[in-house]
Amino acid sequence: MRRGPTPFNVVSVALGLAFLYLPIVILVIYSFNASRLVTVWGGWSLHWYRELLRDEAMLQAAWQSLRIGALSATAATVLGTLAAVALVRHGRFRGRTLFSGMVYAPLVMPEVITGVALLLLFVALGVDRGFWTVTLAHTTLTMCFVTVIVQSRLVGFDRSLEEAAMDLGCPPLKTFLTVTLPLIAPAIAAGWMLAFSLSLDDLVLASFTTGPGATTLPIRIYSEVRLGVKPEINAICTVIIAVVALGTVAASLMSKRGALKRARAEGLGTQV
Amino acid sequence: MLAAAFLLVPGRPMRNGVTHRSWSARLVVLIPYVWLALFFLAPFVIVLKISLSQTALAQPPYLPVLDLAAGWEGLKDFAAQLSLDAYALIWSDDLYLISCLKSLQVAAVSTVILLVIGYPLAYGMARAPRSMQPVLLMLVVLPFWTSFLIRVYAWINILQRDGLLNDTLMALRIVDAPVTWLASDTAIYIGVVYSYLPFMVLPLYAVLEKMDPTLLEAAADLGCSRWRAFWLITVPLSLPGIAAGALLCFIPVMGEFVIPDLLGGSDTPMIGKTLWTEFFSNRDWPVASAIAVALLGVLLVPIVLYERLQQRTLEGGRP
Repeated sequence: MRRGPTPFNVVSVALGLAFLYLPIVILVIYSFNASRLVTVWGGWSLHWYRELLRDEAMLQAAWQSLRIGALSATAATVLGTLAAVALVRHGRFRGRTLFSGMVYAPLVMPEVITGVALLLLFVALGVDRGFWTVTLAHTTLTMCFVTVIVQSRLVGFDRSLEEAAMDLGCPPLKTFLTVTLPLIAPAIAAGWMLAFSLSLDDLVLASFTTGPGATTLPIRIYSEVRLGVKPEINAICTVIIAVVALGTVAASLMSKRGALKRARAEGLGTQV
Repeated sequence: MLAAAFLLVPGRPMRNGVTHRSWSARLVVLIPYVWLALFFLAPFVIVLKISLSQTALAQPPYLPVLDLAAGWEGLKDFAAQLSLDAYALIWSDDLYLISCLKSLQVAAVSTVILLVIGYPLAYGMARAPRSMQPVLLMLVVLPFWTSFLIRVYAWINILQRDGLLNDTLMALRIVDAPVTWLASDTAIYIGVVYSYLPFMVLPLYAVLEKMDPTLLEAAADLGCSRWRAFWLITVPLSLPGIAAGALLCFIPVMGEFVIPDLLGGSDTPMIGKTLWTEFFSNRDWPVASAIAVALLGVLLVPIVLYERLQQRTLEGGRP
């Protein structure tokens, strides 16, 4: 849509963004509050960050979450990319409707339902709940997000490059690895990032599928939050926000570089 | 890139039948298929089964337990013991119906609020200079990447009795005494609208950004007022975005647990919280499973609609 923005447009965007960011900014500012009372400003201080470093249980939970996040995001990226390729490149296959249904449903399915279902599965299988069951649950949820991201890249994708490779006698698997994969790499990277941050964020699935000794960061934060607001929680939240924000900005810069390269490659493609 | 996923970009039509069914091609379909069947579909069958069981003081806390070793006889025994007790219970006790209605109300009302707030925001973004749009898009997406729990927690900071909102309102002399915001429906609505806003804005922006501005110019040339043109042209053309945004918000909010638990009061729980309580506090697994099945039943139509929409937009028309 063209034509310049009206004052109304500018105001609605400004108000919308203010609404989105104000609570986060307030949370971050109060993490540097010297006062023990969250609501009284007592000057700037790093006190709560030092407290955080001394909180063994919180650090343990953070480490647990990072491991689960990295592992499940990696598995989800592999599975999700395969599913995306299956949906875009394999046309009709038997059971396709069921397959795409299973891929899209977890995106909106209320987490309490998925959580109960997975827990009951693990109980029925007689699996000990803990690190691995949470990882499995997160892999299943996040692979669907990866699929959607990779799929949207594959759909708007110039196939002539692949066709050229195959016309020149390149076998399908090699074509995929050497032509397709590099072209969809930014989408795959973004998918991994999203899967990782979703896993780091998840409370409901983790609460259902976890067992003794596998407390994740959100479970830990949640049990603290239920007891009331504490400046230390503001500090851990600020750390998470900083990590995620840096990651997102880095990823978007990376994908911009990728887009440039892609544009060049596809320009080449049309010349061929 | 994340944006791209939720933007539901209509793609080029797929080409069909370009397949070379080698073993590797089969595996590409088979691996994720089996994974999802095992960890997404099979669990629902188990939920259904356990919702037909009876509560028992045992480990696991339900009866009957399927004894596959007993063969056919075991299966017959098992079938004979299935019961509709859990469903009878959630049907007879008003608590469950009330909390389901409460969830419906919260989901419906907040979807409308989200639309009212999200539409002007998405519209403004689509009208912004081209060079600024990626930045605006990222600014809207960024909060989505930060933890859900953190965003809800941020509001506890603001809404508590001696929090910033009351301080501000009292400083401006709008109220004389602190207002109780937490543990109320207002707090739930604020939390839901805040958390789900990106889900509403992104699909709306995707359709609005693609709209042809000459249509509005033509309408203006023919003497149509801007307001009328908006209702006659912009709104109908953005219907797919409205539908996608509304479904992306409505469905998950129905089963929301974290927001009502942390921000809401204890008087009328939403269905997600009721399920949680049945499961963790009352350890009544059959009733919790029956609630899950019932909730799924209520959401069946919206979920199917959403799937259709996804297929159409992500796969470029029916394959």
